[in-house]
Amino acid sequence: MAECHPVGFQWVMEAKARGAKLIHVDPRFTRTSALADVHVPLRAGTDIAFLGGIINYVLENDKYFRDYLVAYTNAPVILTEDYAGTEDLDGVFSGFDPQQRSYDYRTWQYEGLEVQAASGERDQQYEDKAGAAIRQSGRGESHGSGGPAIPAGTPERDATLTHPRCVFQVLRHHYRRYTPQMVEQICGVPPEIFQQVCELLTQNSGRDRTSAFVYSVGWTQHTVGVQYIRTASILQALLGNIGRPGGGILALRGHASIQGSTDIPTLFNLLPGYIPMPHAHANETLDKFAEAESAEKGYWADLRAYLVSLLKAYWGGAATPGNDFCFDYLPRLTGSHSTYETVMAQLAGDCKGYFLYGENPAVGSANGKLQRLGMANLDFLVVLDFSLTESATWWQDGPEIETGELRTRDIATEVFFMPVAAHTEKSGSFTNTQRMLQWHQQAIEPHGDARSDLWFTYHLGRKIREKLAGSTDQMDRPILELTWDYPIQGEIAEPDAEAVLAEINGWDSRGRPLASYEQLNEDGSTACGCWIYCGVYADGVNQAARRKPSGEMNWIAGEWGWAWPANRRILYNRASADPDGKPWSERKALVWWDEESARWSGHDIPDFSAAKSPFYRPPPDAAGAEALSGVDPFVMQADGKAWLFAPAGLLDGPLPAHYEPQDSPVGNLLYSQQRNPVRQVLPFRHRNNRMQPSHGAPGSGVFPYVGTTYRLTEHHTAGGMSRWLPYLSELQPEMFCEVSPELAAERGLEHKGWATIVTARNVIEARVLVTDRVPALTVAGRRLHQIGLPYHWGGAGYSTGDSANDLTSMSLDPNVHIQEVKGFACDIRPGRRPRGPARAELVLDYQRRAGITEQTGMEI
Amino acid sequence: MTVMSGPGAPGRRGGRVADSLPTGLRTALAGGLTGALAGDADPAAVSGYGEHPPRMGFFTDTSVCIGCKACEVACKEWNHVPEDGLNFTGMSYDNTAGLGADTWRHVAFVEQRKPLAQQEPGTGGDLRWLMASDVCKHCTHAACLDVCPTGSLFRTEFGTVVVQEDICNGCGYCIPACPYGVIDQRKEDGRAWKCTLCYDRLGAGLEPACAKACPTDSIQFGPLDELRERAAGRLAQLHEAGVPAARLYGEDPGDGVGGDGAFFLLLDEPEVYGLPPDPVVTTRDLPAMWRHVGVAAAALAAGAVASFAAAAVRRPW
Repeated sequence: MAECHPVGFQWVMEAKARGAKLIHVDPRFTRTSALADVHVPLRAGTDIAFLGGIINYVLENDKYFRDYLVAYTNAPVILTEDYAGTEDLDGVFSGFDPQQRSYDYRTWQYEGLEVQAASGERDQQYEDKAGAAIRQSGRGESHGSGGPAIPAGTPERDATLTHPRCVFQVLRHHYRRYTPQMVEQICGVPPEIFQQVCELLTQNSGRDRTSAFVYSVGWTQHTVGVQYIRTASILQALLGNIGRPGGGILALRGHASIQGSTDIPTLFNLLPGYIPMPHAHANETLDKFAEAESAEKGYWADLRAYLVSLLKAYWGGAATPGNDFCFDYLPRLTGSHSTYETVMAQLAGDCKGYFLYGENPAVGSANGKLQRLGMANLDFLVVLDFSLTESATWWQDGPEIETGELRTRDIATEVFFMPVAAHTEKSGSFTNTQRMLQWHQQAIEPHGDARSDLWFTYHLGRKIREKLAGSTDQMDRPILELTWDYPIQGEIAEPDAEAVLAEINGWDSRGRPLASYEQLNEDGSTACGCWIYCGVYADGVNQAARRKPSGEMNWIAGEWGWAWPANRRILYNRASADPDGKPWSERKALVWWDEESARWSGHDIPDFSAAKSPFYRPPPDAAGAEALSGVDPFVMQADGKAWLFAPAGLLDGPLPAHYEPQDSPVGNLLYSQQRNPVRQVLPFRHRNNRMQPSHGAPGSGVFPYVGTTYRLTEHHTAGGMSRWLPYLSELQPEMFCEVSPELAAERGLEHKGWATIVTARNVIEARVLVTDRVPALTVAGRRLHQIGLPYHWGGAGYSTGDSANDLTSMSLDPNVHIQEVKGFACDIRPGRRPRGPARAELVLDYQRRAGITEQTGMEI
Repeated sequence: MTVMSGPGAPGRRGGRVADSLPTGLRTALAGGLTGALAGDADPAAVSGYGEHPPRMGFFTDTSVCIGCKACEVACKEWNHVPEDGLNFTGMSYDNTAGLGADTWRHVAFVEQRKPLAQQEPGTGGDLRWLMASDVCKHCTHAACLDVCPTGSLFRTEFGTVVVQEDICNGCGYCIPACPYGVIDQRKEDGRAWKCTLCYDRLGAGLEPACAKACPTDSIQFGPLDELRERAAGRLAQLHEAGVPAARLYGEDPGDGVGGDGAFFLLLDEPEVYGLPPDPVVTTRDLPAMWRHVGVAAAALAAGAVASFAAAAVRRPW
C-alpha cells in the first residue's frame, strides 16, 4: 500500500500512531513491509492456503464472533444432501461438468430455498427462472436448460451450529487440512510467524475491536482471484469484522476512480449500478429480464425500477411503457467479451476497431505480444492518452518490428492519436475505494489540441448523430433517440460535467432532482443514470463537491464528498449493532435502534430501512426489502445474510479452495486437482500464448522459478503518466528485476548487471538488483526462488525498458476475466537477451526443451 | 526561484566592521567574536534583524518515512530544479545518490539485516529497510554563508540560509565549507545551489513544497522551538515502544554547528544514512584567525602610515 498508494497510506500510519498493528503479507519486502509490525513473505499464488489456514485456526480454536455469526451470516443454514465439496471429491465441487469445464451450481443450495447472489453471475439462474432455452453464450447460462422453480419458504437453520450439513460444519470440514504445517509447506510461511498473525488478528477482532483487510491486484490477478477475496470475506464474517467501524475488506484500485469505472462501468457485462448486461436470449423482454435478474428479497428486488429509470435516462421521451422503455435498444451479449477475448477477436479478424482511453495494453495487459499482434490486425485504432504510448507506436518501433515478426509496411491498421486533457484541465469526479465521490474543478484550459474524454465522447456522438440524421433504418434509432443534449461551454465547447452528474443522479417527471434510489419507479416516471449514485445531486446541489472541514462534523465525516449508496460511509452497518439493535460495544458503536423515536440512528447513515425495528419479522408473502427481517443487515443479499458459503453467483465453487497458478513449479499439496478446473484458458490457445508444464510434468524443470509483477511508487501502471516525465523517470530510470543473493549465486547474476528472463511466451531483459528483500522460501521441502518484475516499462518514452507483461499469459479467473500475472513460472539467466530474430528463436528453443505443445497446461 | 528580498540586504545590516568581509564573518564579528558560536543563538537576530518571525525549520522523522520520494519531486517541481540523469545505481531504490546542485531533497534507502523497527523480537525475519529524506541543514553557524564573498548566501528573517542565483558568481568557496557536503555547483553554470527552505513560499505564508507533499508527515515544518518539542516527544514514544536506537540528529544547539534548522530522527547511527557523526562548522576558527589577521593588518597599516609619514618627512620639497 505504501508502494502503490502512498497518499492513502498516511491513514494507515495515523492508525499505527494510535496503536494499530500492521501485518503485511507479500512475497517481497516492500516499502509497506518497512513500516509494518510483521512482514509475512509467502510464495506468490498461495493466499487461499494462507487465509484458509487462518480460517481453520479461527474455527478450531473457537475464535469466531459467535453472536454475530449466528445472527448475521449463513453459518447456521443447512445445505441440501446433494452438495459435496473438495474434501469429498479431491479438489472439485459437486456439479462439475468436465466436458463443459463448468459447474452446475444447483447442488450448492440451502435446504428448502434457492437464492441468487447480490452481484456476480446472477444470470446463471436465468434459464431456471425464465425458462428460456439458452445455449450459446459465455457466462453461467451454459449449464443446460430447465431446472427447478424457486421453492418458497425459509431455509432450514441450526442455531447450535452442530448439524453436520450446516454451513458452519461444512466450512470446518472444508478447511480442516489447512493446518499451520500445510501453510508452511504450500506458502513457505514458518509456523511461528503464521501463529503470530493468527493471534494478532483474532485478538483484535470481536465486540470491542475490529480488523480491516486491504488488498490490491496482488489478490485479483490470479486464475482464482475472486476466491482470494471470498476467503477474506469468510474470515471477516467469522470474526464479525463487516459492517463495523475499522472493519471491512478494502480493495485498493489500480488508479484514480477505477471504482467509478465499475460503478458507471467500462465493463462489457455490466450496466450502470451493477445491473447485468442482457444476453442475446431468444424472445427476451424487459419483464422476463427483470424477473430473472431480480432477487426475491432485498433491494435487488427493485431492479426493474432501477433499469427502467436508466432506460429513461438513456432514451428520455422515446422510452415508453409501450416499447418496453427501449429495452431492445440495449446491446446484447453473445458470450464473454472481456478485454482478452477482444484480443482474440482481433486476431481472428472479427474485431475491427479499438478505442483505448488512457490504456496502454501493449505494456499493461498480459501477453504484450498478443496485444500488439491483435492491434496489428485492426482496421482502425484510436489511442487517447497524454503521450505516445507503446500502444500508439508499436507499428513503428515495437518489439515485433525489431524481431521481424511485423513489418510496418504490412500493417493495415489506421492509428489515430488524440492528446487528452489531464484531470487538472477538466472538471469531474473521482470515486475512491470507499465508494466516495469527490468532485474536482478544472484549474486550467487543456493545452494545445488536448481535450477531455468527455469532450471526445460527446462530440464523437454528436457527429455520428449528425451523419445518421434522417435515417429511417431501425438500426440507427437507438443512436438517434439517445438523450444527447448536454450543455457545452467555453471556447472549446466542453460539455458541462455537472450536467452529466445531474443526469446520473436522476430526476422525476417534472425534472426535479431525486434524493434517493428509493424514489425510483418502474413506470417510467423517473430517470436515473445510475441508481446507486442517486442522491449525489440531491436538491440540485453537487454533493460530491462538499468539503466541510473535519473539525466541523463528526468522525464519520459525512459531509466531505458523497458516498454511494445514500451517502452511507460504511456498508451493511446494521451489523454494527447486535440483533436487538444495541451497539456490540460502546467503543465500536456506529448505528443503533433508538427506541424512543423508533428509528435507526447513529454516527453514520443507517444502511437499513430507517424505521424497521430489530424485532420486525416479515410476513410469509413479503417480497423485496419488506421480506428482510430486522436482523438481516446484508440488505443486498437475497437472504440478508453474509455468505460464508455462496450457494450461487460464483462459477468456480461455493467455497475457496487452494489451486496452484496456471504455470507453477510446485504441485498442489492439498488436492490432486492442480489448477482451478474452470479457469479460462481454452479460448486463448494460440502459438504466442503457450502455457508451461507444471510441477511433476516433463519439462517443468525448464521454468523453475516464480515470477511476480508489480508496481513501484515512482511509476504509474503502464508508464503513460510517468515514464515521459523526467522527474519521475530519474527516480526509477530503467527496467530491473529483484532477486535474492541466493538466486544470484545460483544463476551467476551480477548486481547492476543484466539478466534475461524467459517464459513460454517471450523473453525480456532487465538490470539486476540483488536484494534480501526478495527472500528465498522453503516450499514443499525445496528452496524456491521468486523474481520480482516491475511492469511499468516499454520501448517508448523517456525511461525505457522491456515489458514484464511480455512474459505473462492469457489465463484468466472465470468470474471476472482477470489475468494471472501475479504468479507464474519462469527461468532467469545472466546477460542481455538476444536481438532480432534470435529473440523469438530463444523462446522457441525453451518451448522445445520443455516439450511444450498446444495441449500443454490446457488439462482440467 | 524567485528572490524575495534584496541581495543580502538584511544580513548587510549586521555591521559596518568591514564591508569587504564575507557576510557571515561580518555577522560573527558584529555579534561578538565569542557570542556568535554560542548554542542558543538566534541567527536572524544575530544577523541584524530586529522584529523577525520565529526561526523556522524542518523536523524529518525518518521512522515514518515510506520512501515515496514525493519530497524530491515536489522540490524539483516548485524550484525548477533540473532532472539530473537516468542512473540505475543499484543502491536499493535510491537512484538519486545524494544531495547536490540538482537534488535538494534526497531519500536514502538502507537495507539492513536487523529486525523491523517496532517488530516484536524473534519473529518476522531479520530485515529492515530504513528510509530518510535528507536536506540542507540550515545550520545555526553556517560555514557556507561565512565564506561567501558576494553576499549571495544570506541569512533570512526566518533564520534559514539561502543562496541567491542572481548574485552567486560561482567562486565555489561554499562547497568545501559545508560540513555536510550539501551545497554544490551546477556544472552547466558554475553557480552554487541548494535548498532554500522554499523561502519564496515562506514569505507567502506557505510551508515548503517537500513538507506539503509528504503523505506521512515524515517531513514536518514549523517554528524550530515547536519542532524540537515535538521531536523530544516522538523520541520518548519510540524509546518506550522498545526502539532504543532511535535518536535525534542535528537537534542539539550545543553541537559543532550550533544545532541545525533542519534536524532528524534517525533509527541508527548517522553514518548509516551517510550523515557525518559530528559535524563542525568549518569556519569555527575563522574569527580567531581574523583577529590575528586584524592585529597583523593593524601592525602593517601602522607600519605603512609610519613609512608614509617618514616619507613625508623625507620629502625633498
